[in-house]
Amino acid sequence: MLGRGCDQQPGGPIVRVRRTRRAAVLGASLVCASALTACAPASSANTVNLYSAPEENLQQNVDRCNAESGGRYNIVYHKLPRDADGQREQMVRRLAAGDTGLDILYLDVTWVGEFAEAKWIREWTGQDKADVERGTLQGPLQTATWDGKLYAAPKNTNVQLLWYRKDLVPEPPETWQEMIAGAQRLKQEGKPHWISLTGAQYEGVYVHFNTLVESAGGRVISEDGRTAVVDDGAVQAMQALRDLGTAGVTSASMNNAKEDDARQEFETGQAAFQLNWPFVYASMVEKKPELVDKVGWARLPGLRPGVPSKSTIGGANYAVSSYSTKPDLAFEATKCLRNPESQKFSALNDGVPPTIESVYAEPEMAAEYPMRDTILEALKDPGVRPVTPAAQNVSTVLSKMLSPIGEIDPQPTAVRMRTEVQNALESKGVMP
Amino acid sequence: MVQQQDALPVAKAISEGKKAERKLGWLLCAPAALVMLAVTGYPVLYALWLSFQRFDLKYPDQREFVGLDNYITVLGNGYWWTAFGVTVLVTVVSVAIEFVLGMGLALIMHRALVGRGLVRTVTLIPYGIVTVVAAFSWRYAWTPDTGYLANAITPDGAPLTEHASALAIVVLAEVWKTTPFMALLLMAGLALVPDDLLKAAAMDGAGPWQRFVKVMLPVMKPAILVAVLFRTLDAFRVFDNIVVLTSGAQDTSSVSVLAYNNLIKGLNLGIGSTMSVLIFIAVALIAWIFVKLFGTAAPGSDDKGRR
Repeated sequence: MLGRGCDQQPGGPIVRVRRTRRAAVLGASLVCASALTACAPASSANTVNLYSAPEENLQQNVDRCNAESGGRYNIVYHKLPRDADGQREQMVRRLAAGDTGLDILYLDVTWVGEFAEAKWIREWTGQDKADVERGTLQGPLQTATWDGKLYAAPKNTNVQLLWYRKDLVPEPPETWQEMIAGAQRLKQEGKPHWISLTGAQYEGVYVHFNTLVESAGGRVISEDGRTAVVDDGAVQAMQALRDLGTAGVTSASMNNAKEDDARQEFETGQAAFQLNWPFVYASMVEKKPELVDKVGWARLPGLRPGVPSKSTIGGANYAVSSYSTKPDLAFEATKCLRNPESQKFSALNDGVPPTIESVYAEPEMAAEYPMRDTILEALKDPGVRPVTPAAQNVSTVLSKMLSPIGEIDPQPTAVRMRTEVQNALESKGVMP
Repeated sequence: MVQQQDALPVAKAISEGKKAERKLGWLLCAPAALVMLAVTGYPVLYALWLSFQRFDLKYPDQREFVGLDNYITVLGNGYWWTAFGVTVLVTVVSVAIEFVLGMGLALIMHRALVGRGLVRTVTLIPYGIVTVVAAFSWRYAWTPDTGYLANAITPDGAPLTEHASALAIVVLAEVWKTTPFMALLLMAGLALVPDDLLKAAAMDGAGPWQRFVKVMLPVMKPAILVAVLFRTLDAFRVFDNIVVLTSGAQDTSSVSVLAYNNLIKGLNLGIGSTMSVLIFIAVALIAWIFVKLFGTAAPGSDDKGRR
């Protein structure tokens, strides 16, 4: 990983002597390798450093924005590590040290509260705020808000759907219990019957829990993100998870399964249902085309008949670092990077659903996103995870208590959950 | 090294030249000593200082001095003791197995008649593989459907998702990885055993087992203790295998994993530093026990280091 994020930028000052330049690059790489120091390459006044997750075609959006700006700013795209923890760690470490080399930050929807409370990112105000809010879906916008103020611009969103085998189950189940019963029936008939989901002890299990809590109209954390509630709805959600864990309709390794494991289980044809993000569709088209025609999609199953579920939304936001030395350029560049044109391009080429509603109606979307109406429907009635600075701690504590799902004991767990979540919110307890 | 020089018996009257030489010695080693203080002393002291504070990067305004509160929190917490138990268990079991296997390997390598170099090289391969890489291959091997081991041993179980079997796999991965290291240190110890001694014992009628227990083991004792000490300290800090294999799920976190989670993921510098300090104390305690009670000598030092 030598020199990650230290790519020499085009348009930087030209170094005349070759040897000096090589030495400089090597030196920069070594400094980077220590991973403690800022490694911004010598930059000109209009450089805006974007730190974003690796996305195959993001560079094309960057290039387009740079061209459109007519030289006012020059965005340089630095790739963060691939996994969410690694991305967060790199940014946190550098922000905690007051690094001025970061301008635009890529934040998972659950990190905004934390970065805002720690004063690492700038608030969006005035015209910039109005520009971001215009046409943006409410759910994603909520994830970018902390303490009533807008701290980030929603870049892309995401929502899980229920993927089911139309050839085995004619109608998608509406409730969680119905889905389990359907799977058990298939099992008796000796047909593919697994329900594939992210059951591993990490954020993935929290996502399902949150969907169920929200669908039951319950709460784990108060509206303002400061107190643990864990009400009756949360208990119902735990019961539902436990019922699935003990129903005998999941794979043996479900308790270790993350997104990609769940996808694989479904692609091997052993599963009848899958609760997962839309990326699984693109993968199926590529790897198991014979399965595609047999697969239908619907909103996730809810808890009560007739009441649709509230799916937990994911996705990412762009924020401007408090330590940025050119915030005006950074705000402007961010707006370009997440405008309708950029979002459409990313949706079509990198498979990330847009946060701006009008993009869904674009004609090109039909081919890549046959399920776009279902996604939009779920997005308009979302289950947003509670925004709190301690989101990471809460997620860790909850996933610990909810894993393995088959061994959840709802009532006593709820009591423990209240204490431990409260501790996590106050950064008092020990994270498991 | 310099200290050793220093410890040499000094003649009563030191000549001018000797004095200058000693002064020069101090001067020469000063930069190294200062660097050591800066890179190891300072972080340790800073961690100690942080452990007395409530300090969470997420709430920069609420930083305050809390005395021993963090220690009370950590030491009164179930997660910490579970992790501590796991760490001790993994340490004891893996070091015990490694010692037996390592001794066997060392004997084989020591006595190998043909291809001695080849045998030694082959044995060392696991130690040369990056732990994380090896851990990933273990993880895939133990995952049902994709792995060759999971289904071979348990037809429809997923061993990595159960507490006991997951721990057993962690221990196995540790043993596989570090037995060669143990064997290497023990082989150095075997070289200390004079052939004459063994021949004499054989002449006196001692069988192979008696020669091993009564002659070889006592002579090898310093080497054995050093090998076991090193591995114990290492095993106590077990981290990468656990993170890759289970990420600490099903109560398989070690204390290092817990400290990492609180410090790096949770950004709670107070609690995280407290755990680091506690781990430091535990490691220091292990070293102290080995040196004081068992009389382990530091490698390179003579008998005086022992009791």
